[in-house]
Amino acid sequence: MTDVAAAQTAIADAHRREWARVLAATVRVARDLDLAEECVQEAYASAMQTWVRSGIPDNPAAWLTTTAKRRAIDAIRKDTALRSRLPLLVEPEEAIDGVIMNESAAHAEDPGSVIPDERLRLIFTCCHPALAQEAQVALTLRLVCGVPVADIARAFLISEPTMAARITRAKKKISTARIPYRIPRPGELPERLRAVLAVIHLLFTAGHTAPSGASLLRGDLVDRAMHLARMLRGLLPGDTEVQGLYALLLVTDARRATRADADGRLVRLQHQDRSRWDRDALAEADDIIVTCLRAGPPGRYVLQAAIASLYAEAPAYEQTDWPQIVTLYDRLLEVWPSPVVALNRAVPLAMVAGPEAALAEVERLDRDGRLSGYQYLHAIKADLLSRLGRTGEAADAYRQAFALAVNEAERAFLAEQIPDHA
Amino acid sequence: MAQYAILIYTHDSAHAPDATPEDTESCDQHSDELVDSGVQVAAYALTPRDMATSIRGDIITDGPFIDSKEVVAGFYVIEAPDLDAALAIARTNPVVRDGGGVEVRPVHSSYVRPEGGTAG
Repeated sequence: MTDVAAAQTAIADAHRREWARVLAATVRVARDLDLAEECVQEAYASAMQTWVRSGIPDNPAAWLTTTAKRRAIDAIRKDTALRSRLPLLVEPEEAIDGVIMNESAAHAEDPGSVIPDERLRLIFTCCHPALAQEAQVALTLRLVCGVPVADIARAFLISEPTMAARITRAKKKISTARIPYRIPRPGELPERLRAVLAVIHLLFTAGHTAPSGASLLRGDLVDRAMHLARMLRGLLPGDTEVQGLYALLLVTDARRATRADADGRLVRLQHQDRSRWDRDALAEADDIIVTCLRAGPPGRYVLQAAIASLYAEAPAYEQTDWPQIVTLYDRLLEVWPSPVVALNRAVPLAMVAGPEAALAEVERLDRDGRLSGYQYLHAIKADLLSRLGRTGEAADAYRQAFALAVNEAERAFLAEQIPDHA
Repeated sequence: MAQYAILIYTHDSAHAPDATPEDTESCDQHSDELVDSGVQVAAYALTPRDMATSIRGDIITDGPFIDSKEVVAGFYVIEAPDLDAALAIARTNPVVRDGGGVEVRPVHSSYVRPEGGTAG
């Protein structure tokens, strides 16, 4: 007999760490995402009883996988109609025979695969470009991280039925349009990986700066994004962009404790208490970034991580290596010519070339029009104007930023910048 | 194998009633390639937007149903094992690099009257 609390802890732990592995392996037997999900859920539920009775298995993931697969096989045998009705994710010959009889043969049918891990198939299927990004995000949280639909709905501030419908629609498209359950071929990998990295980055950003609502941090989403980035890093260790994204998240998250004060108010980078930053995380990120920069021409995430790391490395805000940051932004603009990047470059540019030069750049972007609805354009413009002593114009720009901001902490910060703001 | 319909969207169809073989060369050549490789099940080139007539409710109007920069200039059906394979075939359509694009839709079911058959 194992005590109930120990079994509960083991199950929670296996849920957090092993859900993706268990589900990915079960999909190959069930050949259907819904059935696989159901069987995995049942396996976790039955673990409670069995583990209390017979002890926690040495390899909980293997126990859960075997249990879930058996349930899938039973379900298919019981319902042969289901079997012939559904478009199958996995061809019959590579499913039951390949996985149950011979685990090692499971990958043999796919010589194009780069890394033979079932979890990669799951991740690439959830982040297929034929699915809308909001569906990719929801599916990844549900299927790769095992987050309950109600929690996903809450994180994105929509109702549970709406989120459930979004996930159901995405699954239906996967089966009807036959989005394949496989790892992209080497030729398609960079493009497909971009979508995966974008989903992880979006999850992190959504958690880090909640797009709306009262809390600046939604820690759970940040943790999920970190978990996914770490998982992907383990699965595709040779990819520098995967490393770069992980490093970027590490650096950004290292400042988690200081981004808001005790009252939840936003604290600007220059006023954050650097002694409270997670130095271990920053050092780990720095090692990764240095290795990636040596490996060849850096991509978007490696450069973003390098910029974030330079900001974090300075002993004080005033001692930041501004010229180096501008140089990195120039390289970032080459690989990722986005107006948002050009806007962010204006911040270090103001320190190197003065607020006037930076303001000229921001005004050029403002005229371009693509960022007119972007609150940070107006916030940065306001800051530059106030540094130039043009307080009236600065207040106008802060008002525009305030009108566009939805996050409560950011709104409170902006409101303080506007004189006589009610 | 599954069937996918590929809808060609472009400014207008190249297949005008008086089009010369040169006008339609790139479309026809692509279609021939798909036939040769065995993936094409059916293909229809449509006449230009000026030939279109639309009906909504009781109203009949001249022109395409949706007034937009692009019209459906033609469509074809291919066979492919999965969506990735279908997309790989679809993106080889010359229209994709010519300012237009394609839409890929899984086929649910189809009917084509057998050769020589008539409806009575």
